[in-house]
Amino acid sequence: MAEYRHLSETAPSGSPPRGAGTVQRPAPAPAVPPGESSPRVRRWESYRTRERLAQLLFLVPAVIYMVAFFGFPVVKNFLMAFQKYSTTTFYTGEAPWIGLGNYRAVVSSSVFDKALVNTILFTVGSIAGQFVIGLALAVFFRRRFPLNGLLRSLLLLPWLIPLIVSGAVWRWILDKDNGALNRFLAATHIATGHPGWLTSTSLALVAVMMVNIWIGIPFNVTILYGGLQDIPEELYEAASLDGASGWQRFRYVTWPMLRPVVSVVLVLGVVYTIKVLDVILGLTNGGPANASQTIATQSYHLSFQQFDFGQGAALGNILIAISLLFAIIYLRANRRAVDE
Amino acid sequence: MSTVSALPGHRRHTGPGWGNTVVGIVILAVLLFPLYWMINVSLQPSGSAVGTPWLPLHLSFHGYSTAIGQQGRNLATSLIVALGSVVFSLLIAAPAAYALAQLKVRFANVVLFAILISQMIPGIVIANALYTAYNDLGLLNSIPGLILADSTAGIPFAILIVRAFMTNIPQSVIEAGRVDGAGHVRAFISIVLPMSRNALITAALFTFLFAWADFLFALTLTTTENVRPVTLGLYTYIGTYVNDWSSVMATAVLASIPAIVLLVVAQRYVAAGTTSGAVK
Repeated sequence: MAEYRHLSETAPSGSPPRGAGTVQRPAPAPAVPPGESSPRVRRWESYRTRERLAQLLFLVPAVIYMVAFFGFPVVKNFLMAFQKYSTTTFYTGEAPWIGLGNYRAVVSSSVFDKALVNTILFTVGSIAGQFVIGLALAVFFRRRFPLNGLLRSLLLLPWLIPLIVSGAVWRWILDKDNGALNRFLAATHIATGHPGWLTSTSLALVAVMMVNIWIGIPFNVTILYGGLQDIPEELYEAASLDGASGWQRFRYVTWPMLRPVVSVVLVLGVVYTIKVLDVILGLTNGGPANASQTIATQSYHLSFQQFDFGQGAALGNILIAISLLFAIIYLRANRRAVDE
Repeated sequence: MSTVSALPGHRRHTGPGWGNTVVGIVILAVLLFPLYWMINVSLQPSGSAVGTPWLPLHLSFHGYSTAIGQQGRNLATSLIVALGSVVFSLLIAAPAAYALAQLKVRFANVVLFAILISQMIPGIVIANALYTAYNDLGLLNSIPGLILADSTAGIPFAILIVRAFMTNIPQSVIEAGRVDGAGHVRAFISIVLPMSRNALITAALFTFLFAWADFLFALTLTTTENVRPVTLGLYTYIGTYVNDWSSVMATAVLASIPAIVLLVVAQRYVAAGTTSGAVK
């Protein structure tokens, strides 16, 4: 240590003057390992260059990837929305600029209002269902009982299997004539009419939402359970001593303590649900008669079924705008809540 | 710690614990019924479109032989794409995680914020733009094309959870490894990576699952049967009128195997990944 100090004290005067500006800069001591004396300043400079270089080396591939696969698509999509794409565009390479024509076309299309309402209903319904059931299960699993851990990890399965698998399985379960659900409902005389879950315009969105809730429950349980585990036991004991009922303990201890986790779950939920595609395409393909069409699925249909990539892009941009709008509203509301 | 329930044997006498276990099993049975149904139907003899029995009493592997015959190639494609995505994602994400965790990058916060924001970008927007770019670059219907696109799920996730782990490695440990003149690369490979084993395994498992489960890019970035992941194979199965649900469900079971294996074999890593999902 002493040697070290000695070195850094003598360094500025001891080193040969080479480029006054460099020499006079006070060398922020420790970086160079002790014992390697010679021209310290240059060493420090080259050390810094090497650090910069290392940072670049390590970080640049990821930055390039993120720019290419997230940045580029957003910019490209933004531009595509102003262009006229058709089935021949990909042979001729011609996609003339048409200003706001695509936006005008998608917004005035009869599907748009339906898709917008469906997106909101689907997102709000899915989140509400997942969250309420997820929270109830998380509270339940907080009790100590045998096999608790095993049951909780099995619960993850619906979330880990591919979404399109869930779609295929539910499609058969919800089948109008031979599906397991209708057979169960008929056998128990709850509903004997064999409702067409996926084929009726009034039920399709509900069915798709139900399946999406089923898929989302495990995530909600896991995160909320983690949040519950972090609430100190003493708070509950104190509440019990004060004579708080079960509901009061939940209302005045659990809920306020859980709030940060709740916002994480809800925000992530909205961000992910708003762009759901696999589930809807697998179950109903947006039908019947657009009854379960959302903005995301409609964007897919425009681009990849009708090969109107311009309109698909416009709708995709509207979806991003809705996401951003939600994020801003959320951040504002959150700040207000914090201020209070 | 409540003193009453801490008494040994307390539960066994009164049995409230097992009561909850029963409730838990009932809840699980309801929630996992669709998965039971998938397995049940997959084991039924062919053509049982009308009224599948509630139990697979007449076991038949017809569904599986059809599924493997028709989807075997697609399963192999999925496997190659998923493994490729794991390798590619970790190659990109692990160094970046190290830089963000330990190298005092000036714009680290900007990069992290960009990663979080990237999660808001809908897959369909990415697919839309990639289709045109892939068309120009000749990457449509190619395994590398799918690997690159599928990694959009794995790379941000891997960077976040590996970084979170690497910030906990003491600077002194890494510095110690660099005293002998070893550069960042050596320190990274010989010290940081081995120490981050668990985080890397978790990242690898989830990256595999993400790529294996990918449907959107399979749907949009392939147009022929040459390169077709099993998720798309399943979708084309159910896209038309289905008269042989046991083959469809057998395919569904085969497509679920990675998830099931991971849950059984690597449960603690899965648990680690799901909780860090909150960071994402």
